[in-house]
Amino acid sequence: MKNNTSNIVLPNFSESPRIDKVGVEERVAKFQKRSIKSETKIQGLKMALSMIDLTTLEGKDTPGKVKQMCYKAQHVHDVFSELPKVAAVCVYPSMVDVAVKAVAGSGVKVASVSTAFPSGQAPLAVKLADTKFAVSKGADEIDMVISRGKFLSGEYNFVFDEIAAIKEACGKARLKVILETGELVTLDNVRRASDIAMYAGADFIKTSTGKIQPAATMQVTYVMLEAIRDFMDTTGIKVGMKPAGGISNSKLALHNLVMVNEVLGAGWLNNGWFRFGASSLANDVLMQIVKAETGVYQSSNYFSID
Amino acid sequence: MKNLDVLKTYKIYIGGSFPRTESGRYYTPLNQKGEQLGNICQSSRKDVRNSVVAARKAFGGWSERTAFNRGQILYRIAEMLQGRKSQFIEELIFQGSSKTNAEKEVNRSIDRLVYYAGWCDKYMQILGSVNPVASSHFNFSIAEPTGVVGVVSDQTTSLIGLVSLIAPIIAGGNTCVVLASEGMPLCAVTFAEVLNASDVPGGVVNILTGSPSELIKPLTTHMDVNAMAYSGDSTEVKAELQQSSALNLKRISTYMKDWMKPNNQDLYLIADFQEIKTTWHPIENIGGSSSVY
Amino acid sequence: MAKKVTKKEDVFSWDYAPALEGTAHVKIKNKYDLFIDGKFVKPMSGRYFDTINPATEECVSQIAHGNDADVDKAVKAARKAYKNVWSKVSPSDRAKYIYRIARLMQERARELAVIETIDSGKVITESRDIDIPLACNHFFYYAGWADKLAYAFPNRKVEPLGVVGQIIPWNFPLLMAAWKIAPALAAGNTVVLKPAETTSLTALKLAEIIKDSGLPDGVVNIVTGHGDTGAAIVNHADVNKIAFTGSTQVGKLIQASIAGTDKKLTLELGGKSANIILDDAPIDQAVEGIVNGIFFNQGHVCCAGSRLFVQENVADLVLKKLKRRMDQLIIGDPLDKNTDIGAINSKEQLNTINKYIAIGKDEGADIYQASPKVPEKGYYCAPTLFTDVAQSNRIVQEEIFGPVLTVQTFRTVDEVIQKANNSPYGLAAGIWSDKGARVFNLSSKLKAGVVWANTYNKFDPTSPFGGYKESGFGREGGVHGLSAYVNLKS
Repeated sequence: MKNNTSNIVLPNFSESPRIDKVGVEERVAKFQKRSIKSETKIQGLKMALSMIDLTTLEGKDTPGKVKQMCYKAQHVHDVFSELPKVAAVCVYPSMVDVAVKAVAGSGVKVASVSTAFPSGQAPLAVKLADTKFAVSKGADEIDMVISRGKFLSGEYNFVFDEIAAIKEACGKARLKVILETGELVTLDNVRRASDIAMYAGADFIKTSTGKIQPAATMQVTYVMLEAIRDFMDTTGIKVGMKPAGGISNSKLALHNLVMVNEVLGAGWLNNGWFRFGASSLANDVLMQIVKAETGVYQSSNYFSID
Repeated sequence: MKNLDVLKTYKIYIGGSFPRTESGRYYTPLNQKGEQLGNICQSSRKDVRNSVVAARKAFGGWSERTAFNRGQILYRIAEMLQGRKSQFIEELIFQGSSKTNAEKEVNRSIDRLVYYAGWCDKYMQILGSVNPVASSHFNFSIAEPTGVVGVVSDQTTSLIGLVSLIAPIIAGGNTCVVLASEGMPLCAVTFAEVLNASDVPGGVVNILTGSPSELIKPLTTHMDVNAMAYSGDSTEVKAELQQSSALNLKRISTYMKDWMKPNNQDLYLIADFQEIKTTWHPIENIGGSSSVY
Repeated sequence: MAKKVTKKEDVFSWDYAPALEGTAHVKIKNKYDLFIDGKFVKPMSGRYFDTINPATEECVSQIAHGNDADVDKAVKAARKAYKNVWSKVSPSDRAKYIYRIARLMQERARELAVIETIDSGKVITESRDIDIPLACNHFFYYAGWADKLAYAFPNRKVEPLGVVGQIIPWNFPLLMAAWKIAPALAAGNTVVLKPAETTSLTALKLAEIIKDSGLPDGVVNIVTGHGDTGAAIVNHADVNKIAFTGSTQVGKLIQASIAGTDKKLTLELGGKSANIILDDAPIDQAVEGIVNGIFFNQGHVCCAGSRLFVQENVADLVLKKLKRRMDQLIIGDPLDKNTDIGAINSKEQLNTINKYIAIGKDEGADIYQASPKVPEKGYYCAPTLFTDVAQSNRIVQEEIFGPVLTVQTFRTVDEVIQKANNSPYGLAAGIWSDKGARVFNLSSKLKAGVVWANTYNKFDPTSPFGGYKESGFGREGGVHGLSAYVNLKS
């Protein structure tokens, strides 16, 4: 096995730290009990908005739809000034060039899924080509999927080497490694896969493709955050986190931010290190912000759907 | 020509051995006819101390025996008692009992041992429980022996009172230090010989003869004794037990029972010398809708 | 308050704005009398004492100080109610009364939670989510036993004891009242209960609820007061049983003072419980278990995991994570839903804790204290960790009853069993390991009434609670909790 984070002693991934699921649930319940009010809430909501990777990953995506999404990414709700832009747009490789043009100069990043997303069921050569194509079209970020079948059959070296190879292919693009936790079955596996991804060179670890349920549960995200903390402690390397799929409302987003705040610290509370993979979240956050500013409960009819 | 009898020396029983009292003292109780029962050890507080040390030392091993094994050993005691039945009957008669009553007392004692032998691997199932807590945990309570028990035996009987408390106490995995009947000590010493021949590890039962009024104090104030059992109804003794036991919060059980009655034996006598330990452990996915049935 | 310190990302801090629980709906009278024979009556002593909100040091209300004559009156009321009424109520009706109390408590749960927090200093999230629901559930659980007692004691006739005197502590005021009253009533006894002097309010609210429930007069009597009031209950000739939760020192006094009487006794006393982390433990959950074990309820928990034992090969890791976690704990206004650590129950207790912290320093232990902002007014104590301690240190041997943890390391399992059991106490223990066989080895060898394996400080009405050795005798909760309140006849 080789890794891109040189000089780091690799752990035995079979002996990744153990996770007690009931304990994780209790810890998560404590985050959920935090009561986020008044200016803390507005700050949190704006933070959440700025961390969103607006995503469209459909077979029926069109350049027109991608362009609309890119506009929304830069102008989330123009009625209100001082709202941040979202962090990035996330598309298939074939739409990268459209997106790059549409967000040019705005600071919004373009992320592309790759490696035969969402199943990852393709040979490495195909995955490398997929990745290189997206990078060549200007993607700032690559969201790859791991080979869950290999992982579940215990071929950790295979998974590690594949991630390391993709990382190399990314060049300057930041690599997000999707574990697809809904297929990993146990939290012990989530932790192990997180460790493999980070030691193999992931810049971000990401829960899910959004195509499989359950996706970004707080339990799964919590386990991954602790893995990031431990990796930082051991290697000094900071890795980002992206829960994706299932975070559809503001309350969940705020709970996630509380969790990041208390597990990793405020150093991760910006879109350089934390993202939400979501599409419907943005409007709910907007409605909450407007409600907080105006004091009036909002209707979705007043917020553009894309 | 008649063979000359070898007279028995009555000793005390500590840690599986039969020493004389370290004090060197003896007393000579009489039966109702005024005959001397023998020279009996007048145990001292140091004998109490040595007995508690022996009982504590034996506790770990005895409490960790399998329940099945403890049952076998209690049954073995009954077998040995059966085998020496006539000796006990003679001693009981010598101490003032009628032949019928003596025989009845020994039979009852044997039955009592068999009764508690049977409980050894069952009481846990009745005294324990699985508790349906309202969270994702498996929770169960089990009975564990209290530890070293001091026993002030029934002063009005020689054998049945002694057996009726020793049996439930050791069936439950405790070890004990027993103060025998002062006036009728013979069966206590002979019963110690039965115990010694019955695979009961040394120190599990320690039997002292002498004067309870002298020995209760060092026993109930001993900081390494966890519980006291008292058979009798002296208000003064009960008060002294409670007063002294407060030093280390001994559990106190007092009994005013006619041990000859067949129904004065039950599970609750075992329970009196048990602690309930409750263990919690998480269960993943309890009641999860995703579970497969 | 939320603020951005600078634009530099690592200094940014996202503190949570206060989220105060509303108190407008809560009714606390200026003065509370004794609850005897179904009525609130003025104390014959004529005396009242202040009850203080430890978070603000302000007086919340005045509480009657019952004396011997008041206790005598309460015992007489309880005896009369036992003889004339309660012993004649059918078991199923007893059950229904207790169910009613449970429901009325549920209906007023939030009010009870807020009062508990104001009176005791514990954080609102704990009183709201733990104390009060558990108290309600305790009544709910024991209600159902009232007409099923024969099933709990095979082969026995079950009879009540009569009048029971109950004395409870200040750490879980309403919950302890529930632990005492519910099984006593279910078994058919009548009750004289004395709450702790610093936390009488929820017991008095419970008295209001009991009144509302229509429970016959005199079945439950609540006599507030100080230690002398408790002593009057213990020494009253017509009380059949004493149930006490509190310090081991007082427990011993009670055992000695009832010597020579036929009063039954159960004691739930102190502890110095070991929380043991093995090297194969789920470390992050174990760290959370350590925090929950010692900092829950400001460490005012008799079963607190106050002695931490960590296997040496993971000790550095565990301590690093523990310290980081301690730094995260928010100390402050107990009524703020974001507060993790509330106020110490009383000035007296704060002094005790501080005394032990000073002793720990004198004994040469290394101290680590999280340095969160502590309010200027009120009784507060930062979570405290002592490392490099010896088994012989006083801070390792004696119960502190505050947020103070001592840490020892160990190499082998045998060693840690020996050290954990090397204590006059035996209330609880924690074990953290991923290996079932190791867990059961430890759980069967630790001399403790409650063993939490891969969890800590969990409570449930169905789960018996109580200690070995000097942590007391008798159990509360579950089927075993009934034993404390019955006479068994063959």
